[in-house]
Amino acid sequence: MLEIRDLHARIADTETEIIRGLNLTVKAGEVAAIMGPNGSGKSTLSYILSGREDYEVTSGDILYNGESNLELDAAERAAKGVFLAFQYPVEIPGVATMQFLKVAMNEQRKARGEAELTTPEFMRRVKEAAAHLKIDTDMLKRPLNVGFSGGEKKRAEILQMALLQPNLCILDETDSGLDIDALKIVADGVNALRSPDRAVIVITHYQRLLDYIVPDTVHVLYKGQVIKTGDKSLALDLEANGYADIIGAAA
Amino acid sequence: MTVINLNRQTAAEAELLSAYAAALSDLPGDGAVMAVRDRLSHALKTDGLPTRRIESWHYTDLKNLLKAMPKDQAGKVEVVDPLIAKTQVLPLANGSADRAALALGFSATPFADKLLSGEAAALLADRGGDDTIGRINGSFVKDGYVLDIPAGAEIEDAIELQAVQAGGASHMRHSAQFGAGAKAVVIERHLAVTSAQALVSAVSSLTLEQGAEVTWIIVQQQGLADTHFGQINVVLKGDAKLKLFVINAGGKLVRQEIHVVTAGAGADLTLRGVNLLGGESHTDVTMTLGHDVPDTTSTEIIRSVVFDRAKGVFQGQIRVAPDAQKTDARMACNTLLMSDDAEFSVKPELEIFADDVQCAHGATVADIDRNHLYYLMARGIPARKARALLVNAFVAEIVEELEDEALVEALEAVISNWLEKHG
Ligand SMILES: Nc1ncnc2c1ncn2[C@@H]1O[C@H](COP(=O)(O)OP(=O)(O)OP(=O)(O)O)[C@@H](O)[C@H]1O
Ligand SMILES: [Mg+2]
Repeated sequence: MLEIRDLHARIADTETEIIRGLNLTVKAGEVAAIMGPNGSGKSTLSYILSGREDYEVTSGDILYNGESNLELDAAERAAKGVFLAFQYPVEIPGVATMQFLKVAMNEQRKARGEAELTTPEFMRRVKEAAAHLKIDTDMLKRPLNVGFSGGEKKRAEILQMALLQPNLCILDETDSGLDIDALKIVADGVNALRSPDRAVIVITHYQRLLDYIVPDTVHVLYKGQVIKTGDKSLALDLEANGYADIIGAAA
Repeated sequence: MTVINLNRQTAAEAELLSAYAAALSDLPGDGAVMAVRDRLSHALKTDGLPTRRIESWHYTDLKNLLKAMPKDQAGKVEVVDPLIAKTQVLPLANGSADRAALALGFSATPFADKLLSGEAAALLADRGGDDTIGRINGSFVKDGYVLDIPAGAEIEDAIELQAVQAGGASHMRHSAQFGAGAKAVVIERHLAVTSAQALVSAVSSLTLEQGAEVTWIIVQQQGLADTHFGQINVVLKGDAKLKLFVINAGGKLVRQEIHVVTAGAGADLTLRGVNLLGGESHTDVTMTLGHDVPDTTSTEIIRSVVFDRAKGVFQGQIRVAPDAQKTDARMACNTLLMSDDAEFSVKPELEIFADDVQCAHGATVADIDRNHLYYLMARGIPARKARALLVNAFVAEIVEELEDEALVEALEAVISNWLEKHG
């Protein structure tokens, strides 16, 4: 589903290279965890996958379902099923959450040649998804993410994911800021989306989330490269011993 | 020696004066009114249209910007649906009031009657040497409405002054008296129904007596080739509250003047403006506000979105008179520039002669927040649509303050329709 080949990417403004020869393959049906020390480039990678314009790919390629998607903008990638749950979702005053959800769902449908949702059908889906995630629908009457608590923002991201039904879900530290109950609810939400034709990339610092969303593969990112890949036991190993040994071995 | 006449008459100035000569026999008015008209048009002739050298016109060089008067006569027009459902419509077809228009709970008579009787003579005087709009309007004014809202009346349905223009020139004037404690919502709407070039001047004079509460909404949607000169003059007596909302969503050359004085403690002005500017248009909103007596308040927020090669201007002058203690005035002007060639000039002017006052102004110019745009796009909303959503959010915030749901919806529709065409 996703194949990243020797990717080099930098921040367009400052030309600082952040991703330095990164290789990663994620198959359909797979849950891949990405771990790595602060500043290793995890969020940067997720932004690049989603098509953020502030980054420049200088060499290498990203193949999504067998095709390079480097030329597609963020909206086109989203319509093709790429979804990034942000580490820090932005607040957008003046844009009503419900309106945003409706426009996003319908624009994606349009791009795929599907009919727009009727308002009752849209409302039904939002209510249902919100109930699953224990989100108070009053919250959705507010402007997008404005004044949402840290945990509410993360839940709102997962709500969007549930509504948009993407094929490649990238969760960037979705566990940070969630209370214990919310962590479980969100993990259930992600697990509900697991299917043979979807892939999930979970970026996290902690084993805790991986207890609920059990990964098939675990990758360690360091200085813009994947320096080690293993199965779920790698995460347990990191939890116990930290990154020092792995970084030392890779150096 | 060659003498350069700095005040050389432009084509538009010549056309303006010959239009006056041609219209003279048709213009309503008794001897006194006609004498005022002559004086005003004579002043136009001697002073010419203002250039940058006239301070209050510094950013709107009318002499250069006004190229010509409309060539054609106005076409036929009909009343259109009001902006919101529950409305009493007072139509102005090409600037002419409807003598049969009904008003419920207040009186509405054609301004032409006041011109014919001579009562209007005193109303036509210009505000001063730089009052070009007053002079043009006073010279040519043909009609409008005189609204008299009795003391204590609460007019439930909105009153829409619906000026529909089909090319040509129209000059209208409204005079509105809101009695003590009266409550009303008035929508001053300017529409073009053809693409034929039009020039419209509209001057409204409002007096809010003690405790009157009025919402006055100017919705300017002239055609792409049109010139619009608007002026609203307001006196706020004690505890009177005016919510003045101005939306410019049309016209090629637009100047909207707002002149307000407070004349009693507790008077409050809430001014909100939205400018949607595109193409090669030039739009100027100029406000003067006199906090003339103690204990009066005001807030002014202007939000503008400028596309293409459009230019916008906001001049906001707040004067606080020497004994006007406890004045509280806050002015803000926020602009989104949507292209490299778009321009917006802001000139705040605070003249404060009292010491115990709160007075502040702030101006920001930005383009769309990249992070916001990225977030929306990352959810599958195409760039163009995402931009429209964000621009809408920027101006809609202001509209939402109106609280009345029907009004908010109608104005949001005006905004989103405009954005759909220009975004
Ligand atoms: N605009 C920028 N200019 C320069 N350096 C930047 C910029 N943005 C990010 N970086 C750097 O890029 C590196 C990778 O950042 P990134 O946010 O991808 O790390 P991360 O792995 O997600 O870290 P964390 O675990 O703390 O979330 C960091 O060293 C960061 O300081
Ligand atoms: Mg990060």
